Amino acid sequence: MPLSQQEVEHIARLARLELSGEQKELYREQLSAILDYISKLRELDTSDVPPTAGGGLAQMLLRDDEAHPGLATGELLSNASQTEDEQFKIPPVFE
Amino acid sequence: MIMSNLTDLTLSEMRAGLETRKFSSRELVGAALDRISRLDPALHAFLHVASETALQQADQADKDPRSSKPLHGIPVAVKDVLMVEGLPCTCGSKILEGFIAPYTATAVKRLKEAGAVIIGKTNTDEFAMGSSTENSAYGVTHNPWDGTRVPGGSSGGSAAAAAARYVPAALGTDTGGSVRQPASLCGVTGLKTTYGRVSRYGLVAFGSSLDTVGAIGRTAEDVAAVFSIMAGRDEKDATSADVAVPSMDLGGAQNAAPLRGLKVGVPKEYFIRGIQPEVEEKTRAAVAMLKDLGAEVREISLPHTEYALPVYYIIAPAEASANLARYDGIRYGPRAQADSLWDVFFKTRGQKFGAEVARRIMIGTYALSAGYYEAYYGQAQKVRTLIKRDFENAFRDVDVIAAPTAPTTAFKIGEHVNEPLAMYLEDVFTLPANLAGVPGISFNVGFDKNHLPIGMQLIGPHFREDLLLQVTHAYQGVTDWHKQQPRI
Repeated sequence: MPLSQQEVEHIARLARLELSGEQKELYREQLSAILDYISKLRELDTSDVPPTAGGGLAQMLLRDDEAHPGLATGELLSNASQTEDEQFKIPPVFE
Repeated sequence: MIMSNLTDLTLSEMRAGLETRKFSSRELVGAALDRISRLDPALHAFLHVASETALQQADQADKDPRSSKPLHGIPVAVKDVLMVEGLPCTCGSKILEGFIAPYTATAVKRLKEAGAVIIGKTNTDEFAMGSSTENSAYGVTHNPWDGTRVPGGSSGGSAAAAAARYVPAALGTDTGGSVRQPASLCGVTGLKTTYGRVSRYGLVAFGSSLDTVGAIGRTAEDVAAVFSIMAGRDEKDATSADVAVPSMDLGGAQNAAPLRGLKVGVPKEYFIRGIQPEVEEKTRAAVAMLKDLGAEVREISLPHTEYALPVYYIIAPAEASANLARYDGIRYGPRAQADSLWDVFFKTRGQKFGAEVARRIMIGTYALSAGYYEAYYGQAQKVRTLIKRDFENAFRDVDVIAAPTAPTTAFKIGEHVNEPLAMYLEDVFTLPANLAGVPGISFNVGFDKNHLPIGMQLIGPHFREDLLLQVTHAYQGVTDWHKQQPRI
């Protein structure tokens, strides 16, 4: 079933993507075709099949709970476009 | 030895030459940089060439000519999704334009500790999403065998760099075929490792249950040298497996039947309608060659193969939509100007992500959204179990599986642009191994009528990269497809 324009807008909102009107229409068509293709999976009866959650085989291995030095604040901030007083700077959240 | 020949050497020949002081690391690295500066303006395998630091590292290596480090002074390239401290890491995306890696990925760190000289960062489809490098925001890489064609992807830059003989080996990553398919299209040898075999620390995440780091080179021997150094447990990646890495003795050429006792399975589901006839023909000829080398060949079935593509295109985008949520313009990368935080997110992501990444984020978001989760993601995880079981069953009867790597040879640049489903079909034979977490290798087994390389892949049980490399090495001992080089 093809997606509606409203559904594409809803998905884009959830994904925090600003789309132009042209993009919305293009993605509506392309996503509909892809979703149509992947719905092929519904033809399989999987009621007795457990899900595979991850790619790993064994238990995940955790390291010992010891403190190790990490990256310094300056290094972590070095790729941000706006910083102030050793912090990321963002537009105001509260008026 | 004349300098232009240095780049023709394999990694093991380079090591021997450095040890006997036939040439220096500076000469070796200089020859690689020279070749790149001559040929790469047309090929565009590299997004960033680290000439200065590479030459410094080479000089450092030359101060210690007696070093026993296995990659001492040897130039290696790294796909631009793995971080190398101090070098750019863009993932082929505008959203990471200008990003300088603050630390080094474990896989790269191990290569550097083994003496390797990192020569630069190679082109990739944006966030490794694609099969042609056409999704790179910084321009396509051209196939060294035919510049009007794609090199495959997403590790197309690394495969082209190895095929063009810039470097003897390059790192790639494989989430759905991104090492094997470009290796196939560029006529080189590419190893996709078992999930958890090589640490993902410092690899920019795409599909976290599928992502693997692999190596591309001209020969199984060279790929084995790189693989054995990067593999093994790393505390910084909780999914990194604590499984011993066996010694990479690939066996000599003196044995007339080196594959005696090996059982090779050929899955009937991998010879489907739409496969290029020459691909099938050369794959079957290569399987016959394995038989000549002593292997026993039988037909097998992997019955859920046709579901791998739809499973993958739910799971990988779902994981990607979560992983790529971090690109919001705040902590790294360029930020779109806007008055509210909300608009910063929307505009930065809307403007900086390319079309394929946006498509996959939306598919993943949809598949995980309220009301659709069970029907899409839940069902995909269950069918993933069935695909995994197919492999478990097969490996009760055979040691390795042999199949085509990709349904076609290199296609024309632009041929599949704006046809996402047609592009996805490129990976139809490589995705199942990622869903099952098993290793695979692709190597050149001949050429089509346009003299474009054809790859065959071998798939093995978990953690049996050694077996895949041994079989490939045996094949390369009696054939010379891997020695042919493109005229560029």
